[in-house]
Amino acid sequence: MASVEFKGKSFEIDEDGFLQRFEDWSPEWVDYVKESEGIKELSDEHQKVIEFLQDYYKKNGIAPMVRILSKVTGYKLKHIYELFPSGPGKGACKMAGLPKPTGCV
Amino acid sequence: MAKHKTPMLDELTKGPWPSWVDDIKGEAERRKANPDNIDYQIPADVCEDWLGLQELSYKDMETHWKHGGIVGVFGYGGGVIGRYCDMPQQFPGVAHFHTVRVNQPSGKYYTTKFLTDLCDIWDLRGSGMTNMHGSTGDIVLLGTFTEQLEEIFFELTHNMNTDLGGSGSNLRTPAGCLGKSRCEFACYDTMALEYSMVQQYQDELHRPAFPYKFKFKFDGCPMGCVCSIARSDFSVIGTWKSDIRIDQEAVKAYVGGEFKPNAGAHAGRDWGKFDITAEVVNRCPGQCIKWDGSKLSIDNKNCVRCMHCIAVMPRALRVGEETGASILLGAKAPILDGQQMSSLIVPFVPAEDPFDEIKEVVEKIWDWWMEEGKNRERVGETMRRMSLQKVLNVIGVEPDARHVKYPRENPYIFWKEEEVGNWDRPIEEYRKRHAR
Repeated sequence: MASVEFKGKSFEIDEDGFLQRFEDWSPEWVDYVKESEGIKELSDEHQKVIEFLQDYYKKNGIAPMVRILSKVTGYKLKHIYELFPSGPGKGACKMAGLPKPTGCV
Repeated sequence: MAKHKTPMLDELTKGPWPSWVDDIKGEAERRKANPDNIDYQIPADVCEDWLGLQELSYKDMETHWKHGGIVGVFGYGGGVIGRYCDMPQQFPGVAHFHTVRVNQPSGKYYTTKFLTDLCDIWDLRGSGMTNMHGSTGDIVLLGTFTEQLEEIFFELTHNMNTDLGGSGSNLRTPAGCLGKSRCEFACYDTMALEYSMVQQYQDELHRPAFPYKFKFKFDGCPMGCVCSIARSDFSVIGTWKSDIRIDQEAVKAYVGGEFKPNAGAHAGRDWGKFDITAEVVNRCPGQCIKWDGSKLSIDNKNCVRCMHCIAVMPRALRVGEETGASILLGAKAPILDGQQMSSLIVPFVPAEDPFDEIKEVVEKIWDWWMEEGKNRERVGETMRRMSLQKVLNVIGVEPDARHVKYPRENPYIFWKEEEVGNWDRPIEEYRKRHAR
């Protein structure tokens, strides 16, 4: 499995660039991933989405459905794509350190 | 000399059917020879490695693709199916083997110009292998590397004015039969509806916002040439309200043997002389056709519009002039709670461009399902969990005998409180009349 070094931290990732272990997440991870996800500067809105995803995952062991993400953050899907161009799954979940989405994608 | 030995695959080059092994070997050789001097953007031996990996799967009798894969293009949440080989050292040409779904035109009519341009993009940036088409309808570009995805997307959109198809928990690429373009049975313009829906619901197609996948399919008549009743959550099937049009002279021509029944579809075997009574009248499920030896008559009030008589005598019988469509909901494959075909929810709806009446039903269903549907619950399952009654309520359609095949046989019937008065009954009142 590939591992990357960034700002003194080491992250193990899969081919799609998702963290192998949620526990490895640190703020440096977000910094490392953002460019490949088409994000220049991280705003409070980005943070809010990431924090909610992490809270939800810690509590429920899964990623929230899109409409729950929208409801809780108050961001419409359109705005979530403005924040994370590759969308809530590939973009936000990856940056939040959640496991890779599965199923018939 | 091929890169990998493929003795088992080679068996599949025998026999009369077009062999995909032959085709892919041909493509492998063409890429090796590179007659057009293409600067291949993914390994030139992708086809050979793919064949090698396939041969290994034949030998091991198991797949050699890793689980899942999340790749895509910016702005969209779907359209590309990521795939990685589990033996990248041995088969580097297919270390990445992502599939790109490209939205196909209605009815899958093409010009060679379009297809040549598409092949040019795929030759340079992909494997050269395709699937024409995926079951949902998309043009499927089989096998490329992650770095090429945005490049392909740029060229598709900028040079070919063509978009990706759908994947994930969203509206998948709609498809229809070829409808009025070359079928006299078509009751509405399926291609126009398909195109109109694709354009109107681009956002729902590209950015997953649903509890699970959702498919549209559009059949021009009950023959179901695109299988909408079995393969789409929202099935629109053309039908008519007025009488079947009968050309008595043409009926006689069938009886006299001038016209072949079923347009000659059974010509491969001698089924004897056409017998209109045995082959049409007695096969009618509504038992509403009469033939008195010189005249065919149909009791249209009892006709269920099954298409049988029209299919047998297409030159004599035509669908009625007042056409529209039925809307059915909920078809799905077995996972999780069993397979379903779509159930009738709107018996007859007008189906004319811009198809507002149909879109209205779609949006009402979505509003409800997006709110009530559980994670990865197809709308057919939501309908089973919450009832057909709920669906009818949501779309504002009065229940009607046509909504069921037969009435329920169990007596577990729910009533609304306002239908029965008041459910607030103090037990003390009851005890005054009935001692314990």
